[in-house]
Formats: sequence, C-alpha cells, structure tokens
Amino acid sequence: MSTLSLAVRDSSTMLRRNLLHARRYPSLTLNLLLTPIMLLLLFVYVFGNALSVGIGGGGGPDRAAYIAYLVPGLLLMTIGSTTIGTAVSVSNDMTEGIIARFRTMNIHRGSVLIGHVVSSVLQSLASTVLVAAVGLAIGFRTTHATPLEWLAALGLLALFALALTWIAVGMGLISPSAEAASNNALPLIFLPLISSAFVPLHSMPGWFRPIAEYQPFTPAIETLRGLLLGTPIGHNGWLALAWCLVLTVLGYRWSTATFNADPK
Amino acid sequence: MSDLAIAAKGLRKSYGDKTVLDGIDLAVPEGTIFSLLGPNGAGKTTTVQILSTLITAGGGHARVAGHDLATEPQAVRAAIGVTGQFSAVDGLITGAENMRLMADLHHLGKQEGQRVTARLLERFDLVEAANRPASTYSGGMKRRLDIAMTLVGSPRVIFLDEPTTGLDPRSRHTMWQIIRELVTTGVTVFLTTQYLEEADELAHRIAVLNNGTIAAEGTPDDLKRLIPGGHVRLRFTDPGAYRAAAAALTAATGDETAQTLHVPHDGTQRDLHTLLTRLDAAGITADELTVHTPDLDDVFFALTDAPATSADAPANGAAPTKETVR
Ligand SMILES: Nc1ncnc2c1ncn2[C@@H]1O[C@H](COP(=O)(O)OP(=O)(O)O)[C@@H](O)[C@H]1O
Ligand SMILES: [Mg+2]
Repeated sequence: MSTLSLAVRDSSTMLRRNLLHARRYPSLTLNLLLTPIMLLLLFVYVFGNALSVGIGGGGGPDRAAYIAYLVPGLLLMTIGSTTIGTAVSVSNDMTEGIIARFRTMNIHRGSVLIGHVVSSVLQSLASTVLVAAVGLAIGFRTTHATPLEWLAALGLLALFALALTWIAVGMGLISPSAEAASNNALPLIFLPLISSAFVPLHSMPGWFRPIAEYQPFTPAIETLRGLLLGTPIGHNGWLALAWCLVLTVLGYRWSTATFNADPK
Repeated sequence: MSDLAIAAKGLRKSYGDKTVLDGIDLAVPEGTIFSLLGPNGAGKTTTVQILSTLITAGGGHARVAGHDLATEPQAVRAAIGVTGQFSAVDGLITGAENMRLMADLHHLGKQEGQRVTARLLERFDLVEAANRPASTYSGGMKRRLDIAMTLVGSPRVIFLDEPTTGLDPRSRHTMWQIIRELVTTGVTVFLTTQYLEEADELAHRIAVLNNGTIAAEGTPDDLKRLIPGGHVRLRFTDPGAYRAAAAALTAATGDETAQTLHVPHDGTQRDLHTLLTRLDAAGITADELTVHTPDLDDVFFALTDAPATSADAPANGAAPTKETVR
C-alpha cells in the first residue's frame, strides 16, 4: 500500500476511535460549549444596553445590532473553547496504555494525532453550529451574505479550528495531566476576551489596541463579520489566513516532534 | 544468525546519570520461550521497550525478526506483538471495539477482521464481556484482552512484560497455558518475570538480569548447575532467635516478615554438621529446618546477592511480591 493510502486508512481508523470517545463521553465538549453560549446571553441581555451604545450607529442601545456584532466573535470563541477539550483529551489519551501499543505497531506514525485533530475540528464545527443556532434563536440575522460568503465563512471557521487544534494538541502532549492541559490551554479561551469580540477596537485604550488588533482572534473575527454582515474586511482577511497557516504549521511540527520523541 | 528471533549486542540505556542497562547481549532462537528474569527495577521493562521500538537504546544494536532496530523500525513493528507491563487497552471503548480497532490497524478486510476477532475473543474467554467497556474488566480479563489484541496481527515475535504480575493463582495458570500454546505455532516469546518458578516452568532459556547486566544465561538446568549446592532453610517463631541466627550466620539471606533464613549448603554431611554446631554454639534453636537441593531460587540469590534483610527480594520464587500493577 502506498504511504498516502496507508496514512489515510490508519488516520480514518484513529478518527473512528476518537469519534467513538466523543460520542460516548460528550460531557466535556458540552460543558465547554456552555461558556460561549452563556457569554452570548450575558452580553446581550445583561451588559448589552451599556456596551451596545454606538454599535448600531444610531447612538442609543440597539439590541439587534449588538447581537449581530457579538455572534461572529462568539463563533470563533466556541472554537477556542472546544480546543481546550482537545488539549485535555490528548493529555488523557497519552496516559492510556494503548498509545504505547500504537507506537509499537506498523501503522502510519502521524495517524494517532491526525485522528485527534480531525475529530476535534469536527467537534468544533458542530459546536459553532449549535452556538449559531442559539444566535439565530435570539435574533441574529445576516444582512448581505451570499452563498459564496457563507461558504467562505465556513472555510474560515474550519481553518481557524484546524490551527487552534494543532496548537491544543501540542499543549496536550506536553502536559503531564488533564489539569495541566486545561491550564496550559487557557490562552485559547482568554484571547477572545481581549479581542474585538465584545467591544470594538476603537473603544479600547490606545496602548492596548495593537495587542488586541494583531492577535489571532481579532483578524478572524473581523473577517467573519465582514463575510456575514458586510462590514469592511480590509487587511484582516490576509492577516487571518496568515495566522491560520502559521499556527497550523507550528502546531503540527511541535506536536509531531513531541509525539515522535521517546515517551517519558 | 538467521535462526535468531532476537539478537542484541551491548544494549545500553541511561536516564540522566542513572545507568539502567549497562551493555546486555541476548540471543533468542526462533520458536522458543525466552525469559528475562530479574527483581523489580532490574531493567526488564526498559529492555522490552527498546526491543519493541518504543524507546531508543543509548548504545549497542539489535536485530528483531531479522530487522535492525535502528534502521528498520517499521519492519520490526510489522513482525512483533507487545503486551507491556501496564495495560495497553483503550478503557473507554468495549473489548470488541478494541479488537476491531486492531483488525483495522492491521488492514484486515471486514470479514477477515470479524473472523479473527471473534475467534480470539472466544479463545480468551471474553465473549460475554465483549460489549462492556474495557475499563470495567478485572485484572485477569484485561490481561487476556491485551494478549488477544497483540495476537490480531499474527506476530512472529511476542513480548510479554510481566504477564502474570498481580494476577490471582488461577488466572496465572490460565496465562501460563496461553503462553505455552503460543509457541506451538512457531512464534517466539520474550517473557519477563520476577518469579523464578514461572521462568523455570515456561522458558527454554533464561537470562538473569541484575543491575543492568546479564548475571547468567542458559537453560534452567544450566543455571541450576551454576551453583554447587542448595540451601538449608531455617524458620523461627521467636523474632529474637531469628535476629540472633541472622547475626551468627553471615552467609545467610533472610526474610524478616516470614522469619526464615536461607543458608547456602553444598549438600555434604560435613557442611550440615558445621551449620548445626554453629547454631548450638550460639544457643539458637530453629523451629523448622529443611534441606533444599539446588533450584532456581538458589541461582537467583547467588547471582543477585539479595541483601539479608531486604523486604523486596522474594524469599521464594513462587511467592508473588507486593508489587501490584493495575
Ligand atoms: N523514564 C524513566 N526515567 C527515569 N528512570 C527510569 C525510567 N524508566 C525506568 N527508569 C529506571 O530504570 C530502572 C529499571 O526500570 P525498569 O526497566 O522498569 O525495571 P523492571 O521492569 O525490571 O522493574 C528503575 O530504577 C527505574 O526507576
Ligand atoms: Mg517492569
């Protein structure tokens, strides 16, 4: 069998194993899903009146406009949150004896991690669909999005999930325990809080703005907003793609190098 | 050399400045059971991990199933099956799902996969438990599932790292039976154990590993011939008498918890007389005295020079030690 078909075959076997885990023990993924949904409801119904002033353009509070503003950021935050689960489950999995067995079998070396990554990206996308459904239920409406823009939005979400997942896999691999993994992965849920997800960049203090502007979440959020709501995307599109590419490559190399080293 | 399933020369491994394996040589003929025997911490697991490609050796080289460990690890992996010291099953999925996972990873077709896994589940008495998560299995069941998973790919060389440690006596005998059956099909078994009785019972050849070196190697009979005599076993009920005897008989090795001493003995009347005279002179009376002809225990004690009051060293090869694995 060629190397590629071997890789595909073993990776899909590993994916089946990971999906079986996810289906049988969904509580972690579901718990992590609660964070973005609660934040969405909290920001819309509790802080919404104060924070939305000026967002709709009319000057006063505008709930519909603020929901539209929030949902793209929360979709990306959902991905960050789901990948914390990835770090935890990778770390847990590495303590399972079966990993040692895989290492002594004649299988594609990368398949164990690829199985985790594909399963985690699928879970991320499923979670964003659920958060989007909550958004729709409380009144989120896209204004201009064409089918092509919807497709691009989906592609962006998938790429972003892929990038964060590879980083989370690396974090899981270097973490000796599940607790350590979830601590190490905290930036993945913390970064969206200091992005343009909840308030526009121009409302942040000047010294802080560059940090918020160039971190991975903000360009992705602005691009998603542009695709779904027709706001200007500008250089954010390229920036978001560059971040996805860089994080994917770094995360992939870090994770595979860590996995291929002698186990501790 | 082509008839050697495992050939290793000068294997070394250290962690930090602790040397775990200090140059070990192994030669395991195809189709035999080879036992690596040694106390806890001797380096048995490290040896298995190196030979099964899990970790890389710090020095030396080895061929397993005709392939070089360092340059052809995937070819080695294709020929071996490993049941490690610690359970290597996926506890989150069922026994049957674990088996199917192995069949898929060995690229067996759907029908053949089903046939092979069904046969192995049956053979290892796991049919009833097949649809329960593996985490709910008892120690003995997990071990059996572990070995069943190892056999899915029909490996030619099988590594079993302490397969009976922590098992109750009945499961242990079942495991022995399984291991004996394995070699009838021509595969090679590399077995590690801390139990002399087990190595004596199963192995064609035994290597005694101690402090990272092979202290002795040969058939069970070769090893027994290494020491000229057996030992005299003295048992006490009075701890004071035990301590006095241990002090008087410097050549003895002892087991404080069992209150017994083993005194090396060359089998002659004169040697026994000397021992009795010494006990009399010290005013010590043992509650029980038995004379043992040489067995593997003696080899083990002679070669690994277990300290006289060590609680870790098994006083008798058959007695499981405190170590529990899962
Ligand atoms: N990953 C490791 N890091 C540091 N020391 C280790 C490691 N693995 C094993 N050792 C040490 O190597 C020695 C031999 O261990 P091991 O091969 O597990 O022995 P055995 O299987 O015979 O009980 C022990 O002293 C153990 O502490
Ligand atoms: Mg061991």
